[in-house]
Amino acid sequence: MAEHNKRIPMQHVVGFVLSIALTLLATWAALGSNLSTTWIISGIMILAVIQAGIQLFMFMHVVEFKSQNGHVPWNMMFHGAVLAAIIVAGSLFVMSFGFTHDHDGDDHQQHEQQEDDGQEQHDEGEHEGH
Amino acid sequence: MQLDEFFVTGEPLIYAGMVSIALVSAAILFILTYFKKWGWLWREWLTTVDHKKIGVMYILSALAMLFRGGADALMMRTQLAFPNMNFLNAQHYDEIFTTHGTVMIIFMAMPFLIGLMNVVVPLQIGARDVAFPYLNALSFWSFLFGAMLFNISFVIGGSPDAGWTSYTPLAGAAMSPGPGQNFYLMGLQLSGIGTLATGINFMVTILKMRAPGMKMFQMPIFTWSTLITSFIIVFAFPILTVALALMTLDRVFGAQFFTLTGEGMPMMWANLFWMWGHPEVYIVILPAFGIFSEVIATFARKQLFGYKAMVWAIILIAGLSFLVWVHHFFTMGAGAFVNSVFSISTMLIAVPTGVKIFNWLGTLYKSRINNTVAMMWSLAFIPSFVIGGVTGVMLGMASADYQFHNSYFLVAHFHYVLIAGTVFACFSGLVFWYPKMFGHKLNERLGKWSFWFFVIGFHVCFFPQYFAGLDGMPRRVFTIIPEWMPLNIISSVGAFGMGIGFAIFVFTVVYSYRYSEREKTGDSWDDGRTLEWATPTPVPFYNFATVPHINSMDAYVKLKEEGKTTFDEDKLEPIHMPSNTGQPFIMMAFLFVASFGVVFEWMWMAIAGLIAGVVMMVIRSFDYDEGFHVEIDEIKRTERSTRGL
Repeated sequence: MAEHNKRIPMQHVVGFVLSIALTLLATWAALGSNLSTTWIISGIMILAVIQAGIQLFMFMHVVEFKSQNGHVPWNMMFHGAVLAAIIVAGSLFVMSFGFTHDHDGDDHQQHEQQEDDGQEQHDEGEHEGH
Repeated sequence: MQLDEFFVTGEPLIYAGMVSIALVSAAILFILTYFKKWGWLWREWLTTVDHKKIGVMYILSALAMLFRGGADALMMRTQLAFPNMNFLNAQHYDEIFTTHGTVMIIFMAMPFLIGLMNVVVPLQIGARDVAFPYLNALSFWSFLFGAMLFNISFVIGGSPDAGWTSYTPLAGAAMSPGPGQNFYLMGLQLSGIGTLATGINFMVTILKMRAPGMKMFQMPIFTWSTLITSFIIVFAFPILTVALALMTLDRVFGAQFFTLTGEGMPMMWANLFWMWGHPEVYIVILPAFGIFSEVIATFARKQLFGYKAMVWAIILIAGLSFLVWVHHFFTMGAGAFVNSVFSISTMLIAVPTGVKIFNWLGTLYKSRINNTVAMMWSLAFIPSFVIGGVTGVMLGMASADYQFHNSYFLVAHFHYVLIAGTVFACFSGLVFWYPKMFGHKLNERLGKWSFWFFVIGFHVCFFPQYFAGLDGMPRRVFTIIPEWMPLNIISSVGAFGMGIGFAIFVFTVVYSYRYSEREKTGDSWDDGRTLEWATPTPVPFYNFATVPHINSMDAYVKLKEEGKTTFDEDKLEPIHMPSNTGQPFIMMAFLFVASFGVVFEWMWMAIAGLIAGVVMMVIRSFDYDEGFHVEIDEIKRTERSTRGL
């Protein structure tokens, strides 16, 4: 019974090496390259999508539905996507109170800017209340 | 590094701690050697993959951690009893409230509940073990080594002192230099591996390994709450893993994710922490709800009232738990609109929770209550938790929260939900399932003494803290002003009442081990409703000789009516079981060494430990052990002796 399992799981080994390589590439892009910030960010995002693809196709069960009696776990993938959206959109929402690393202005200006934002949001809230 | 920098020096209490650690370790080594128990320890416990034994080890470790966290609490209550006490200095007090919070949540509450899940859930669904027994052992050892790493911090290197929430920039490298904070990061990271693995394990176990015929809506409610909790774990713990990793990069490798100076964003830590932290609250309360439901249904001798409503309420709470995290930091200043959104989502959670309260009351209504110790813990939970819940809604109002925030009102609130919820459930569940685990009941008379001391102590300790908070006493202060003294004295007296309750509980365990009558049947309380009571006591290592076909809720009630058991001689087949293995223990020991290296930033040690850990993983990848089969003769012999046939 165990015989046919005794082989090196090449797909997993390749997937593992690839995901390490992509991580190193992203680290290099951020720390070692001379690319502009825009290129670094978009480059890392592309690498992230490839990385997610590797995880789904080489480790997870997206391609295994034929061999097993199961099916593609769309349900779980949907929930994962919803959670990722909550984390990203939620963080942006919560952090949207005007905090910046303002190198040009002094502390006073930054403080004022925050005050203004707070005022705006306050008005908005009141408006919806009526 | 000098030796006096490595060990914590200058505190008499810590010297006493070192001496007691040395004495206890020496005593354990001596006893194991003198009674020649090393082989027994290795064969029966360190290498086991049996879910029942792993569960017992989880519970024992959690009780030890409850003792440690409780000792921290008593030291804090002593310091706060009178103004200008000199029992603890500010630094030591900070370290103690930090470790108290972290130990109680991460190393007491969760492992205790996971321990009960381990023992009970496979039995409740008619499974012979969890889906991945090897992974289960790995989970336990990762938790234990993580807990040990965190706990040695108070004698080696110094404890973390930035609160269990570990907010940046205070917890960052600039303001908390030294190994203390690294112990927090690596201890949680190491034990987090195990928690995540446990979540996956129970998800698969419950979805795939139920007895034939058992539909989802026929599962016992504790199994349901475990399933939902597993989902929350799988979705929430990666957030903590990432947050801890980012802060480790900040502290050890000089990254700037949460710093102010290097374009980082300190508030992002609070955001990420509570994105995990709020679901974490439900990870420790939902299984507790499950335990109360089982205990109440059993001792009210009725089917759980509104089973389906209960299940949907759990699912709804789980979903909402990911949408409320900002209520932990309303005062950060995210603005009125953001706070309003999260204020409303917070209040929504009160709705399904209220549904559950009515489910329990409905179950109790017009029932014949059997007033056992387990039932008393569950009954005490309902009113106590409601007080915690109502004050929670008060805190959930964003504008009012600006008054309550970081005051003792908050401290009282979360102790009311965590102790009356989780800790009462741990005691209730432990007393309830104790005969299944150890073959004898806990003494009821002593149990009631322990119950009354603990519950009265609890209310005396924490109820005055609501008023201390309203009088303006902030949390995390190491000394009080005279105006707060009366309330604080009452509170400290209550804390020691809880300590006495716990001491009586420990005595009950020892007393019952010596004097309690041994169990003769599997159905210890005579009113068992679910499948775990259908197994004989002690439970054979394969759990079920034959797995019955299930076609209703409360499977064991039906089996009893039909006169069936889990031992049908005609249907016996050889049982496939997993082999014991020492690999999980060794792998996690190596990762412990690696984590210790990171804590002190000794990279040679970290890398060596990590390589050894990876080697263990490679060995595991090429391990083709398929387990073994229990032969029919052995099953017959075991069943006949345990069932007294």
